Amino acid sequence: MIRGERVLFREVSVAVRAGDALLLRGANGAGKTTLLRILAGLTRPEAGRVTREAAHHWVGHREGLKPQETPREHLKLWAQAWGSGAETDSVLTRMGLARPADVAGRYLSAGQRRRTALARLLLEDRPVWLLDEPYTALDADGRNLVDDLIAAHRAKGGAVVAAIHGEAGFAASGDLTL
Amino acid sequence: MSAAPILAAFRQSLGEAWAGGAGALLPLGFLGGASVLVPLGIGSDGETLKAVGPGIIWVALALASLVTLERIFQSDAEDGTLDLWLQAGAPVSAIAAAKTLAHWLSAGLPLALFSPLLALMFQAEASPALLVNAGLYALGSLAFFFWGGVGAALSATVRRGGLLISLIALPLYVPTAIFGALAMSGGPGSAGAPLFLAASTLFACAVAPYAMAAALRLAAD
Amino acid sequence: MWTYFANPHKFLRLSDWLAPAFYALGAACIAYGIWQGLWVAPKDEYQGGDIMRVMFVHVPAAWLAMASYSALAIASFVWFVWRHELADIAAKAIAPIGAVWTALCLATGSIWGKPTWGTWWQWDDARMMSVLFLFFLFLGYMALRAAMDTRQKAARAGAILAMVGAINIPLIKFSVDLFTSLHQDASVITADGPKMAAVYLTPLLVSAIGHSLLFGGLVMTSMRTEIRERRIARLRSRELEAF
Repeated sequence: MIRGERVLFREVSVAVRAGDALLLRGANGAGKTTLLRILAGLTRPEAGRVTREAAHHWVGHREGLKPQETPREHLKLWAQAWGSGAETDSVLTRMGLARPADVAGRYLSAGQRRRTALARLLLEDRPVWLLDEPYTALDADGRNLVDDLIAAHRAKGGAVVAAIHGEAGFAASGDLTL
Repeated sequence: MSAAPILAAFRQSLGEAWAGGAGALLPLGFLGGASVLVPLGIGSDGETLKAVGPGIIWVALALASLVTLERIFQSDAEDGTLDLWLQAGAPVSAIAAAKTLAHWLSAGLPLALFSPLLALMFQAEASPALLVNAGLYALGSLAFFFWGGVGAALSATVRRGGLLISLIALPLYVPTAIFGALAMSGGPGSAGAPLFLAASTLFACAVAPYAMAAALRLAAD
Repeated sequence: MWTYFANPHKFLRLSDWLAPAFYALGAACIAYGIWQGLWVAPKDEYQGGDIMRVMFVHVPAAWLAMASYSALAIASFVWFVWRHELADIAAKAIAPIGAVWTALCLATGSIWGKPTWGTWWQWDDARMMSVLFLFFLFLGYMALRAAMDTRQKAARAGAILAMVGAINIPLIKFSVDLFTSLHQDASVITADGPKMAAVYLTPLLVSAIGHSLLFGGLVMTSMRTEIRERRIARLRSRELEAF
């Protein structure tokens, strides 16, 4: 993968199967986010290909929440877009967003916005989760929540690919250092 | 593929366009302000104003579309919404078209509906023709929004993209401006002009979404 | 065929002698055109007297304005479909050079217009208007490329815009023709009628060939510069990585 004239990485091979949790590691600027975006199909690799056999969820480092959007509206919108019948109220409660559910995005804290983005994972069952720094801005309670979500997802046979800079709170099945 | 993501994109853009409570009032104010400058600039002679009135409204519509379009894809690229739309499972061109249409409904169409009032200020006779003209403004401004949308998508990641959008979109606005002004001139050739206007708008609606899609994929890359 | 020409090394080898050849031949043709145009061809009072001699620059410039945008669109298309880097290098090189000829066409047209039409700018002239919008398309293309932060993005954005412009040109041309055909007055003179005397036509053709060769040479030189600049940037980044 080449950015400008900079070769970020070459000859990287990634495969995830049901129940796997793959950690992407590397210093700032090593290309963790870029690799995730390639896996998601957002970025085109200079060479190589990605085979997707299952639908995926994407939680990037930008949450995708509009300044005027409340967490409830956000989840309703994406439930509608994906044609999912998920109960947004129960998802909000599960993510600890019951209280700020009707507060516009611009007034939410960074952690609340991150929880809203992560809440999308619960709207629809999708086998693969692509998470870019899921712990960012979260408090201890929030980090535990992420760990619980990942554990439940893997128990159901789901797979996770996550770029995490620090300690991961779950046992990874493998890691890849860029 | 289902239409649900496209409808959701439409709904979100409509909400975004109306956020802050101003909604269509802001572009209307812009159109009014821009039009009012003209008599101050060229003088208040009734015959002159009558002659240039329809053209001024076209120019003001074009400017208003450029001003409203600046942020439609840029904000999506900044807050990460664009990444989600690209993975929403619907053709990106359809998403882009839905978003453009939503912005046209909240800024372009109200301006067109407001145009008879402005025309009266420019000394036009009050007649049903003004309503026909409003329809032509609506039709033409749709083309403005689609071509402007291409410029907006191409400059979605560019800081101060507004000036760039204007430069990119300006040549693409030419056919609409010419056909539109011709249709209202009442002179020779004006009978067929509405058809040309409709055809060029149709062309914009057919082609621009694909260019926007390619540009949006680039913006996310 | 594309893959043969898409190789930068082959291009560098080819253009190494081809560009100077273009310059030499182009200079000779232009010199002949100017000599014929300024001293040999009789002046035509109906075309404004001596000022009509600007034709020997104006018409080639008009031809190149159109040809260079076509070349830009073709290069963009080739890049977009086959992703040959050389096509992007060509597109990047063509834009500013084509814009200069387009500006030259506008300027000479304006200078010619003043004594013949009595105005520097004739809004009713379809050709002037079309070339003006062509100039805007070039400006937009260059501004967009310049605003992108990596060369890959500049290439993609530029290609999209050049192709959008290209498919719009017929519509723009048609609308401008329609606009002017309704307003046109008799004073507009068409210089390039089919029955032009050979004394004008031959130097005009030679001059047009000369301008085209000069254009081709400049594009090749600019492409050679760009190939080397990209190579330098690549070497630099490798050097940085080594630390």
